[in-house]
Amino acid sequence: MAEYEPIIGMEVHVELQTRSKMFCSCEVAFGGEPNTRCCPVCLGLPGSLPVINERAVEYMARAALALNCTIPPQCIFHRKNYYYPDLPKNYQISQYDFPLGVNGWVEILAGGKPKRIAIRRVHMEEDTGKLLHVAGNRSYVDYNRSGVPLMEIVTQNPPPEGLDQIESAEEAREYLQRLRQILLYLGVSDVKMEEGSMRCEPNVSVRLKGHSEFGVKTEIKNLNSFRSVYLGIDYEIKRQIRILEQNGEVVQETRRWDDERGVTVPMRSKEFEQEYRYFPDPDLVPLKFTEEWIEKLRSELPELPMAKLKRFMSDYGLAQADAEVLIDSPELAEFYDTCAASYKDPKTVANWLTTELLRLLNASGKKLNETRLTPAHVCGLLELVDAGTINRNTAKAVFEEMFNTGKSAAEIVRQKGLEQVSDEAAIESVVNRVLEANPNEVKRYRAGEVKLLSWFVGQVMRETKGKANPATVNKLLREKLES
Amino acid sequence: MSDRLCNLTIHEIHELLRKKQVSAREIAESFIRRIEEVDPRVRAFITTTPDYALKQAEAVDQAISRGEAIGPLAGVPAAIKDNMCTRGIFTTCASKILYNYKPIYDATVVERLYMAGATLVGKTNLDEFAMGSSTENSGFFVTRNPWNLDTVPGGSSGGSAAAVAADECAFALGSDTGGSIRQPASFCGVVGMKPTYGRVSRYGLVAFASSLDQIGPITKDVTDCAIVLNAICGKDRRDSTSLDVPVPDFTQSLRADVKGLKIGVPKEFFGFGTDPDVQAAVRKAVDLLTELGAHAEETSMPSVEYGLAVYYIIAPAECSSNLARYDGVRYGLRVAPDSGTVTRQTRGSKSSIVSMFERTREQGFGAEVKQRIMIGTYALSAGYYDAYYLKAQKVRTLLRRDFDKAFEKYDILVTPTSPTVAFGIGERADDPYAMKLADICTIPANLAGIPGISVPCGFKNGLPIGLQIMAKALDEETLIRAAFTYEQHTEYHRKKPQL
Amino acid sequence: MRLTAQDIADVARLSRLELTEEEKETLAKHINRLLEHFEKLQELDTDDVEPTSHVIPVYNVFRKDEPAPSLPVEEVLANAPDVADNCFVVPRVVET
Repeated sequence: MAEYEPIIGMEVHVELQTRSKMFCSCEVAFGGEPNTRCCPVCLGLPGSLPVINERAVEYMARAALALNCTIPPQCIFHRKNYYYPDLPKNYQISQYDFPLGVNGWVEILAGGKPKRIAIRRVHMEEDTGKLLHVAGNRSYVDYNRSGVPLMEIVTQNPPPEGLDQIESAEEAREYLQRLRQILLYLGVSDVKMEEGSMRCEPNVSVRLKGHSEFGVKTEIKNLNSFRSVYLGIDYEIKRQIRILEQNGEVVQETRRWDDERGVTVPMRSKEFEQEYRYFPDPDLVPLKFTEEWIEKLRSELPELPMAKLKRFMSDYGLAQADAEVLIDSPELAEFYDTCAASYKDPKTVANWLTTELLRLLNASGKKLNETRLTPAHVCGLLELVDAGTINRNTAKAVFEEMFNTGKSAAEIVRQKGLEQVSDEAAIESVVNRVLEANPNEVKRYRAGEVKLLSWFVGQVMRETKGKANPATVNKLLREKLES
Repeated sequence: MSDRLCNLTIHEIHELLRKKQVSAREIAESFIRRIEEVDPRVRAFITTTPDYALKQAEAVDQAISRGEAIGPLAGVPAAIKDNMCTRGIFTTCASKILYNYKPIYDATVVERLYMAGATLVGKTNLDEFAMGSSTENSGFFVTRNPWNLDTVPGGSSGGSAAAVAADECAFALGSDTGGSIRQPASFCGVVGMKPTYGRVSRYGLVAFASSLDQIGPITKDVTDCAIVLNAICGKDRRDSTSLDVPVPDFTQSLRADVKGLKIGVPKEFFGFGTDPDVQAAVRKAVDLLTELGAHAEETSMPSVEYGLAVYYIIAPAECSSNLARYDGVRYGLRVAPDSGTVTRQTRGSKSSIVSMFERTREQGFGAEVKQRIMIGTYALSAGYYDAYYLKAQKVRTLLRRDFDKAFEKYDILVTPTSPTVAFGIGERADDPYAMKLADICTIPANLAGIPGISVPCGFKNGLPIGLQIMAKALDEETLIRAAFTYEQHTEYHRKKPQL
Repeated sequence: MRLTAQDIADVARLSRLELTEEEKETLAKHINRLLEHFEKLQELDTDDVEPTSHVIPVYNVFRKDEPAPSLPVEEVLANAPDVADNCFVVPRVVET
């Protein structure tokens, strides 16, 4: 049987987290009552005119640089003309042949192997309003989202020399996740697929392996999570291969992912397929960028997630899985970085953060910056464990206390009297008491039921409220039971 | 006295108010009476706002009685073309598609006039969405030329020009995309100026062709023109294309002095089948300026011949996009979808929403607007973009270069404003091309973004002739000085139509 | 170049205009007359000429990213032909 290979193009839209909209002063926010964040400009009222939000341009330029794009010295806005009720002017202010960023790439790890996915362009535009479908023969229109700054990032197929394209559903998801991480690190968007601040419209085609021409593409819409991006693309690849294997023809069309049924279905009749008639928007003047401005933005870029991942692995000796967990949020990565730089064993810190900290964050629903935990506190705790002042079990309880109260480990240990007891004489008296109180168990142990040792340890720890040094307890119990 | 108040210019009204010889209320009342008297015949106004004007006049009178100094426009009745947004007052663009539209904000120019104390007597008729040269394309009714009610007032700011000529307001605002201020000013025997592109904010001007549209004054003389310019020019942060440059006091240029002024007379502007009497009047005006110390010579600007073609590609292209928003969803006319359409979209059938868009636009727009939308859509569509739109933009560059070259040699260019005087109502309705020729002398200034003024320079068969003066970008001062000098040595601007 | 009846129908569809047959004919006549006139432009050699999109040499006009109050919802909807639940109402739009 013939072997097919898929090729995937990604068109990603990201809403920027500016305070005001792209071309007017209405607030950018999520949710709220319909049509309460509108003005003459974002409603497209006759006579209104757009004025460019400076920070939106800066955010998008920052993103373009982080995606390794070139920023041309001049860019202009075009009008993209099409009729749709969520588009108040029936044209969208967008960019066409002079976009903000061109020729970039995003590095992904495809099964651990690095690939550089080619990016053709990054451009600025305005978001549309929202259509709400209600019962009956009517739809409602809410323009709160109209005019929110939107960045479009488009991959390039085929890629130029030295760069790669996306060739599986897995790679598509990985690409999207890397993109999300980068934008999170830049602080330009909250990139939430579920809330629509990151939206993805992949196009998929398959071709016989080894052939160079592209197959017929279909575009998939309504993918609202990383999971559905993966499932939708995977489904579409299999559907197209099935058609081709039966000597059928793939139809070029837009398909909607039906999450419940797990299939893609055709959408958009010809009626809404438009010729966009792009032309330069006469209401906006061109943007010119100086080399100094671009270099300043470049120099202000933070360390990006992929670089951080590699550094955590090479400098701190972390496994990829642990490093991935730590870099996934910029706050956590920075927190870890600070801990690892001041504590002798970065791997141990990593373990504490990826287990205890993430457990507490999940349980509390808090974000890291909403807690009062500091890297110094975490290091302080680990140093107490190293010094034998407290044992590991106590340390977990102290960690939780630090997380909740913002107090240092030393303070908690002191206030609650949690110091580990390593004094042999003190522990010995407890051990003796436990053995005397449980003659039956002592007999069974001596009869060969040695696994009772841990039960005895537990009894001693309970008596000492967990503060006894476990090694000493073990040693003394063994000595006495086996003598 | 009070019944002749409506005959006065802005500066004359200001003098009377300043000396407390009349009240702002008396002034407003005089114009309101005049509108009642003559507008049933002239039909310059779509909406009149007498109560509004009286309320504003009241405020001016109170300021005067408090002893406050008043500005030159305080208490001066103004008319505003009905394509500039006035909060709470109908703004229809003379289109059925906006027959019921009341803006929720004021255009920047309207704000500025209110700030200056001007009173609003009404909103004037125009060719629908400012597309036309005779005001016959109004979606509601035709405005008449006060000099001869059987002729057109020109367009598209025909209502504004007629209202000024008929003394229904002391001054008016018009908008000029290809001559829509200057050409009707010429037909109605008044002064009209299109300032440099970017001088006056377009915020709140309902867009026709955004790269060409510019607001300007229509007044009874050049002095008034300078006074209104002072009030409306200047950077507006709501309009990205408004220029952030200092605005001079234009009344300082009201000096009768053209000594040493270099005048170019480009011959192409006389070659579009221009009426010999119009040519003669313009040449006579050039001779007068020469007598007064200016140096004039004939020159050539070959690319001007292409202006009309360039304009009739670029303006429709922009208009096709600007007018896309009139779809019946958010404001204005909505026509219900054809009952045969479906809400559940199936392949090949038309959906209700598309039917609503198409029927609303079909019934809401007039023939000329539809024609321009069609041309513009075509010129921008794939396969034709390079041949039409891009080509037109390139020729626009050539035209700008011709002007740049001319202004290296000359301070001003003098031409007819329009090849003819006002034509009869209905006379050119069937020939869209003949109609468009009326703008052939004015279009180049819009394409180049430079200022142009039309001042009265004679009559033919009792109908006014207009003299157009153009200057380089941002040099309205020279324009005003030349126009003022000419005006001071002629009497045409003092003539009034008999109504 | 001349527009055919089909061209007119296509452009009308793109323009969202439901034209009558009579209008289509008149428009075809008028537009073709203008297109003839546009042919004049092809006489000019513009290969090395930059197109003019803006007549003024102005760049980088920005506003600060500062939110300002939006309109009260009553004003937003003041001119709307059909309103419900603070939304603009249109015939159902279904994309399937």
